[in-house]
Amino acid sequence: MRETIRFLLDGEPRELGGVDPTLTVLQLLRGPLRRPGTKEGCAEGDCGACTVALGEFDAKGKVQWRAVNACILFAPMLDGRALMTVESLKQGDALHPVQQAMVQTHGSQCGFCTPGFVMSLWVRDQKGAGCDMPVEDVLAGNLCRCTGYGPIAEAAAVADGLPKPKTVDQASALKALDVAESLGLAWDDPQAGRTRRWFSPRSLAELADLAEQYPQAVILAGATDVGLWVTKQHRALDTVIWIGDVAELKTMAETEAGLRIGAGVRYSDAYAALAERLPDLGEMMRRLGSVQVRNSGTIGGNIANGSPIGDMPPALIAAGATLTLRLGGKTRDLPLEDYFLAYGKQDRAPGEFVEAVTVHPAGPDRFYRVYKLSKRFDQDISAVCAGIALDIKDGQIEAARIAFGGMAATPKRASNAEQALAGQAFDEATVDLACKALETDFAPIDDMRASAAYRMASAKNLLRRAYLEWRGEASTRVLEVEALDA
Amino acid sequence: MPDSGQAKTRAAEAQPHIVGQSIRHDSAEKHVSGLAQYIDDIPEPSGTLQIYLAQSSRAHARLLKLDVSAVRSAQGVACVLTAADVPGKNDYSPIMGDDPIFAEDKVEYVGQCLFAVAAETLAQARAASALAVVEYEDLPAVLTIDAAREADLTLEPSQVMRLGDAQGEIAKAPRRLWGHVAIGGQDHFYLEGHIAMAAPKEDGDVHVWSSTQNPSEVQHIVAKALGIRDHGVVVENRRMGGGFGGKETQPSLMAAVAALAAVKTGRPAKLRLDRDDDMVMTGKRHDFEVDWSVGFDDQGRLKGATFDLASRCGYSYDLSGSINDRAMFHSDNAYFLNAAEIVSHRFKTHTVSNTAFRGFGGPQGMIAIERAMDAIALSLGADPLDVRLANLYGPGRDLTPYGQVVEDSIAKELMERLAETSDYRKRRAAILEWNRTSPVLKRGIALTPVKFGISFTATHLNQAGALVHVYTDGSVMLNHGGTEMGQGLYIKVAQVVAEVFGIELERVRITATATDKVPNTSATAASSGSDLNGMAALDAAQRIRQRLIDFACQEFGCGPEQVSFANNTVQAGATELPFQELVRRAYFNRVGLSATGYYKTPKIHYDRSKHQGRPFFYYAYGAAVSEVAIDTLTGENRTLRVDILHDVGRSLNPAIDLGQIEGGFIQGMGWLTTEELVYDDQGRLRTHAPSTYKIPACSDRPKDFRIDLWDGPNREETIYRSKAVGEPPLMLAISVFSALTQAVASVGDHRIMPDLDAPATPERILKAVDDVRRRSAQ
Ligand SMILES: Cc1cc2nc3c(=O)[nH]c(=O)nc-3n(C[C@H](O)[C@H](O)[C@H](O)COP(=O)(O)OP(=O)(O)OC[C@H]3O[C@@H](n4cnc5c(N)ncnc54)[C@H](O)[C@@H]3O)c2cc1C
Ligand code: FES
Ligand code: FES
Repeated sequence: MRETIRFLLDGEPRELGGVDPTLTVLQLLRGPLRRPGTKEGCAEGDCGACTVALGEFDAKGKVQWRAVNACILFAPMLDGRALMTVESLKQGDALHPVQQAMVQTHGSQCGFCTPGFVMSLWVRDQKGAGCDMPVEDVLAGNLCRCTGYGPIAEAAAVADGLPKPKTVDQASALKALDVAESLGLAWDDPQAGRTRRWFSPRSLAELADLAEQYPQAVILAGATDVGLWVTKQHRALDTVIWIGDVAELKTMAETEAGLRIGAGVRYSDAYAALAERLPDLGEMMRRLGSVQVRNSGTIGGNIANGSPIGDMPPALIAAGATLTLRLGGKTRDLPLEDYFLAYGKQDRAPGEFVEAVTVHPAGPDRFYRVYKLSKRFDQDISAVCAGIALDIKDGQIEAARIAFGGMAATPKRASNAEQALAGQAFDEATVDLACKALETDFAPIDDMRASAAYRMASAKNLLRRAYLEWRGEASTRVLEVEALDA
Repeated sequence: MPDSGQAKTRAAEAQPHIVGQSIRHDSAEKHVSGLAQYIDDIPEPSGTLQIYLAQSSRAHARLLKLDVSAVRSAQGVACVLTAADVPGKNDYSPIMGDDPIFAEDKVEYVGQCLFAVAAETLAQARAASALAVVEYEDLPAVLTIDAAREADLTLEPSQVMRLGDAQGEIAKAPRRLWGHVAIGGQDHFYLEGHIAMAAPKEDGDVHVWSSTQNPSEVQHIVAKALGIRDHGVVVENRRMGGGFGGKETQPSLMAAVAALAAVKTGRPAKLRLDRDDDMVMTGKRHDFEVDWSVGFDDQGRLKGATFDLASRCGYSYDLSGSINDRAMFHSDNAYFLNAAEIVSHRFKTHTVSNTAFRGFGGPQGMIAIERAMDAIALSLGADPLDVRLANLYGPGRDLTPYGQVVEDSIAKELMERLAETSDYRKRRAAILEWNRTSPVLKRGIALTPVKFGISFTATHLNQAGALVHVYTDGSVMLNHGGTEMGQGLYIKVAQVVAEVFGIELERVRITATATDKVPNTSATAASSGSDLNGMAALDAAQRIRQRLIDFACQEFGCGPEQVSFANNTVQAGATELPFQELVRRAYFNRVGLSATGYYKTPKIHYDRSKHQGRPFFYYAYGAAVSEVAIDTLTGENRTLRVDILHDVGRSLNPAIDLGQIEGGFIQGMGWLTTEELVYDDQGRLRTHAPSTYKIPACSDRPKDFRIDLWDGPNREETIYRSKAVGEPPLMLAISVFSALTQAVASVGDHRIMPDLDAPATPERILKAVDDVRRRSAQ
């Protein structure tokens, strides 16, 4: 196994060995690499001050850039990638157009968030992953406490109009890194007196072997959860097996059972296909995390994690989905909802890992909605997330699949509410009964995101909203209204 | 007789041309290229220690035992500091002496600093801290305003401000209303958290880099903690990554600990709080509970008003006295109350000590009167704008509850102009109509004013110093007591100095604020940065300029009125010469080219014992119209359009001012909508990171956002007749809260005043909607 991390910085090859594999890229930049331009505002992926650009080959063999949060990215995840930071952009004394535009529009005040915004705008300028959205969405993962964002959003437009400097294509340098051999690191932690291990298998078979060999290892995908175990909970991870270089897990395929999404597929790569099939799921994913989080995080990780407040499980359970798990050479399938056993407990054996999730196709009578409720619209964990799928023929509900996040210790189906709806006419009376039934389905809790009372009241109202939307009589989407003309 | 050329030059000079320009922030290019240095970016001297602060896990307890022997012997640990290790005074409070650096025999909030560990790495320091043996004996913890009221736990006696006989006037008034509103606190969420780095020097002295709005205070506190004189401590700050009041008193803790560690070990030491520790350990905006009552006539004009303001100050005094005073000062916002009784309670709780935050209590003070305006309008079936206009200060109705006469009110003209440019009346009508046909989504619109008093209310703080050097190559070095936290103070003051010398801005170098350059400074706070430091720098620059004029008269045989400075050139009689040439010649003729400047704000005085006087030099005004939409099924809400007209006097730098207005508004909007501080029943803050504490994101900015500057000069003699701009715009966001109130009221056909507390989260809005529905069904 190869024992050094190989990556490009400013297009130049770098080699890194003998580091703690759970060192974050932010720590690496600010420390050993002495590039303090990239800032730490939160160390948990929420503020974007640490945004850097990672380049990797896309399906067409071209370098695709993605904005990611360096604070929750582990150093070995740079392997085989190109890294650009705020210090990379100037050519000689000339600012890059996005930098120039930020200066011109007065886009910085205290300047602490600015490097992160500049990198998000730079990736947008490179037509990077997840940037094909309005600028507010592209910048949803960058917090600024000073400006009010107007000048920064304007800078994006100004930059669009500025002449583009020549950029050096990093494809050949990237290819020349030669990372065909799998990366395997071992580092002696002087503090804990233990050896920390990292593996980046490059094939499914290799991954399955390693997972069996190290059944207690953390299987790592995008690190948008696991990163925080290290940076926030200060946990020491002994063995990490990263699936980010397992080619087989990074594919999506149309199968008879539906759209099969490999466990290594990141949100931003699955977004278009899912949004096309299930527009409401797309709308929810637009709000899930941020560009940076969706560029790293995987749907598989969201499921595997088993959090009661993950947004994909309720949405996918309602749509109908099958989870494929692999242990060594064997795979097994189970309905997604059956994976979640109890709080913090999933149906996954040691050494087993998630291989894929398959989203079942919907018939023509399918009425599908996903609702995400949170204090802030963008990049906020849901207080309640509802996935609602009803097959409705001539006003009759033939089948109902409803799942909620944030209402129980796991993502969970509202079986009593489903029963109240199935076989009934879709009308107000039926909806009232289903709302009543939610009280027997769930006993939500109070926490900092919402009270139990709000969770229950709004969950019911989301069923009502679905009904109103099916009727199509009232506008129900506050995100879609604009100011009235006088 | 001056020839026409000179006359032209002077005319040009009379029209300032550097001051008043939209000049970019002095650090903009460095910001965008990652080259602007914040304290954590300064290359660490080799051997720098990293410090971790161990915190109390209890809200209120006796500290029975604090045994750090295992910490001391842990791997990598260079020193452990407890209360016993402080050679001087174990206190970092700004006023009262009640903020121990390290807890002594008791702890009074979760997060209170117990001891510090300085180690080779932060991970080692953190790991070592866990080895301490801490034993507590829990004491009853008073966590909320209600509990403190019950326990009668206060930090100082309740204060009262009176104008006439409010109770009597209200009793006599044809109509009466009352209400209650709870107003949440707010975390500053500066993007750069608290940090200090200290380097030991000879003689036991120390140099401290501190992310502080108040270097002089940090200097005093560090010196006291070390038990040395002020002259042994230099505190320096080039820039902060945001402050907003959160770095007015709080940085002293980090600075003192870093300095103690540095002096004790003889090694540089750095203390940077991570986001969670920063949010848990350091103070925030005070949350308030306000009871109000008003008496008014059929036109909605106030006859009298009472306010009972109760705030959660936390475990210590900090600046709570002045903050709560300012809440009282702004209970009237822009309205003549006729008769008023304003009572303010400063409750002590076993939570973090709340502190300054943009607006300094003023925003909380204003909320109740704006609630009252909405309630009056709803009760009369009137447009709230008419009620607001009818109550503004004006001729003959100009006395505030604290005895200052409002001489400069432009609120009426400003609001009327804004109502017109924003089409407020038509849009309100359209919204009322729209709401009739929209069962789920409801809109609301509101136009609210802001009148904000400018000056520190502690009169002695209204002074500033500056230092200007002119070097023989004609370049200028500028230093003043103000700190740069993004608000553009450095560039504004540099503009003033460049203007005085008639030189281009590039020739003026702005240097880091440091206590060894300009001493005894006040915090950069109370929006006063450019008012005070601009004037002090003007004074310093003018002194040198005067010397240059005197010299030029001598040298070129002209009168002082024939000397002028513009375009890097000096005109002296018939002679025209480059500025640097005049400077060079002055130097050879032994003219002093360095000066200090000083300024103190005139006219102000205040007797706090009676709450009477003229605490404010002038008022800054503004108004905003906000249109919002709410979802009555979920409480989700959106601010759709905002129009602002704001008074900055004659702007020193319109681009910088617009930035302050927009940023302040969005910050205020966050305070009143999404930013919620949640404490549990053990007194632990549950929202201590951006994952749970939600400041506005890019898309929360209203899609349609129009900001305009009011175009009148300050009637008082301020720096180029400008007005302060730091804080007032935050309160423009009260228009969002009022608009949300209106939207909720629409479900009760605008007959019932909704009970809506701040922040108006989806949960609170849904609750208010359901409540109005229930009440209107009764
Ligand atoms: C700023 C921010 C905002 C966020 N917002 C949201 C949000 O709005 N909604 C939401 O639902 N989530 C949100 N998240 C959470 C997070 O993005 C998701 O849970 C994410 O999908 C996890 O995927 P990952 O690839 O990063 O997983 P990782 O962090 O790599 O892993 C997560 C967990 O899954 C396990 N795991 C990963 N892959 C596998 C596998 N193939 N087999 C077995 N186990 C595996 C890991 O061991 C770990 O336990 C947010 C996170 C951040 C940092
Ligand atoms: S530091 Fe905040 S997202 Fe990385
Ligand atoms: S400029 Fe200060 S946080 Fe954005």
